[in-house]
Amino acid sequence: MKKIFSLAAGTATLLGVVMAGNAMANTTLENIREKGHLQCGVTSGLPGFSQPDDKGNWTGIDVDTCRAVAAAIFGDASKAQFTPLTAKERFTALQSGEIDMLSRNTTWTLTRDASLGLNFAGVNYYDGQGFLVSRELGVSDATELDGATACIQAGTTTELNMADYFRTHGMEFNALVFDTSEQTVQGFAAGRCDVLTSDRSQLAALRSKLTDPNSAVILPTIISKEPLGPVVRQGDDQWFNIVKWTLFTQVNAEELGITSANVDEMKSSDNPSIQRLLGTDGDMGEKLGLSADFGYNIIKEVGNYGEMYNRNVGPGTPLDLERGLNALWTEGGIMYAPPVR
Amino acid sequence: MNQPTVSPPKAPVAPIQWMRNNLFNTWYNSLLTLAVGYLLVTSAAPLLNWVFLDATFSGESPSDCVGEGACWLFINQRLNFFIYGFYPEDQQWRINLMFGLLALSFIPQFIEGFPARRWLGIFGMTGLPILGYILIPGGSFGLESVPSHRWGGLMLTLILAYVGIFAALPIGILLALGRRSHMPVIRGFCVVFIEVWRAVPLITVLFMASVMLPLFLPEGMNFEKLLRALIGITLWQSAYMAEVVRGGLQAIPRGQYEAASALGLGYWKKMGLIILPQALKLVIPGIVNTFIALFKDTTLVLIIGLFDVLGAVQSTVTDPAWQNVAIEGYVFVAFCFWVFCFGMSRYSQNLERKLDTGHRT
Repeated sequence: MKKIFSLAAGTATLLGVVMAGNAMANTTLENIREKGHLQCGVTSGLPGFSQPDDKGNWTGIDVDTCRAVAAAIFGDASKAQFTPLTAKERFTALQSGEIDMLSRNTTWTLTRDASLGLNFAGVNYYDGQGFLVSRELGVSDATELDGATACIQAGTTTELNMADYFRTHGMEFNALVFDTSEQTVQGFAAGRCDVLTSDRSQLAALRSKLTDPNSAVILPTIISKEPLGPVVRQGDDQWFNIVKWTLFTQVNAEELGITSANVDEMKSSDNPSIQRLLGTDGDMGEKLGLSADFGYNIIKEVGNYGEMYNRNVGPGTPLDLERGLNALWTEGGIMYAPPVR
Repeated sequence: MNQPTVSPPKAPVAPIQWMRNNLFNTWYNSLLTLAVGYLLVTSAAPLLNWVFLDATFSGESPSDCVGEGACWLFINQRLNFFIYGFYPEDQQWRINLMFGLLALSFIPQFIEGFPARRWLGIFGMTGLPILGYILIPGGSFGLESVPSHRWGGLMLTLILAYVGIFAALPIGILLALGRRSHMPVIRGFCVVFIEVWRAVPLITVLFMASVMLPLFLPEGMNFEKLLRALIGITLWQSAYMAEVVRGGLQAIPRGQYEAASALGLGYWKKMGLIILPQALKLVIPGIVNTFIALFKDTTLVLIIGLFDVLGAVQSTVTDPAWQNVAIEGYVFVAFCFWVFCFGMSRYSQNLERKLDTGHRT
């Protein structure tokens, strides 16, 4: 019996040591530098946000957000590695340390921010839920949708938003729930429902899957706020700041007119804001624990926010989304970053 | 042996005679033949058109996919991703080598009289996994390290199925023997293990392994998601395997056990030399059935964000650059699975015939 006790005590001590060792463990930044890459959680395939391309490389705006952070740390955007995660396991993966940051089309809500031990480090895309209806229906506004049947993807907040919206407007709807977005479109194309509802960023992509995309229209109504952004673990403020200011740097760069193409010329600019952002003046990088030219590296490797947007989801891409809310505050949108100073 | 050893010679039958005997021998058979024939003719032509005649096989971009047929160009362009996942292109020779060795180990098993095929089979079960363990993740012998989150596609499906199959069989045999043991602790352990693992769905096991387990482990102590999934699949599969093997053990008459004991054999010799060879032969259909089921169940790793061949296809069919390529994608996946499952099935029948000692009636 005594032996068992001493064994248990020994195990407990060992466990305690291991845990204490972890408590004193390195900061996230030190860990990332040590292993030589940034591990980033993304979706397992969402057009424009994160999806593997023909060569098996990840592309998308969420992916570029990670690449920008990798560029800020290492000066090399290719040091970002990606873990595809499902909606259910995304927060666990971050909490357990399997990934360093989550950039997975995740809506910033109070519950998630306050109760999961996580911090949202900004917004890289302002989304909202919208409706796709067939042109024949002749509907021009969502308030005319009383009694409609809606194709919805299971396990998302879309269904809840939809129920909220219809209840507040005193309307009825029938939900037709599908497992994947692919099936939702098929259901819509087959005429099983009058309206398809999803995040507006996805509606355009879904519409392009119809045999005749012109047979359906996206209604202007937006029924929910979906600010999407990168997430980090609570308790490491330095890391939180790095992710946050990487995004701010990209937005500021767009505002100052710095692009990946002209960043080398801009280095010799005498505008003090540009000098501080690119690290030719001041010690902004040092304050974050990064090199002085972290801003230069982000823009050189990934580009400013506008470039990132246009490359992945903007006009001309298959998603073909106007800037809208995601335009700079100076151009009618709400993308606004605190100054680098 | 009261059956005649030679069957009577077949009388040569003219095709018309054969049709009259088999297809049009009664009025309702004639009706059925006509109805089925009509269905076959009307459905075969559009199918053939879709799959081959109107299909697009090559081209440069999604816009080359015109016409009514299948867009195999999509599969063609993404084939690398569907087979290797995110495995770096300049390192794919490692996977090709493993594919080659896998084929070299197991395909000769179908060919009677292939030189050294027994040794190839043994290599497939011993040397191959060791080589794979060194070659696929890399990191030693000067090979570039490729972390497991870059593995994917068909290669990941095969890794999951291979490990699940070859690790579960020995564990399953031990569990089956344990369940029939006279030692209460061992028997109790095996019964509890089997009943617990067999009573939960694989999807729950995977989900626990991927979502719950990391929360229980102290922070920073983390082992890879793929490894967690592999352990989950193996334990789950071994519980099934144990029950299949136990079925075989129970079918062996008591006389065999007693005869083995009478020869003075110990427990392990008795089991290894007398009982198991007979029992395993009896349950080959059951074992292969479980293998095939597992092979298809590996697609469930999709829910924990691992890209097996189905996951790889699903993640790309949503690409808005391509119009409705979902059907092509799923047909491709179905074809991959069919090839492997059919292969396993043929092999098991082959094995049964070879090991047949006349107990079949």
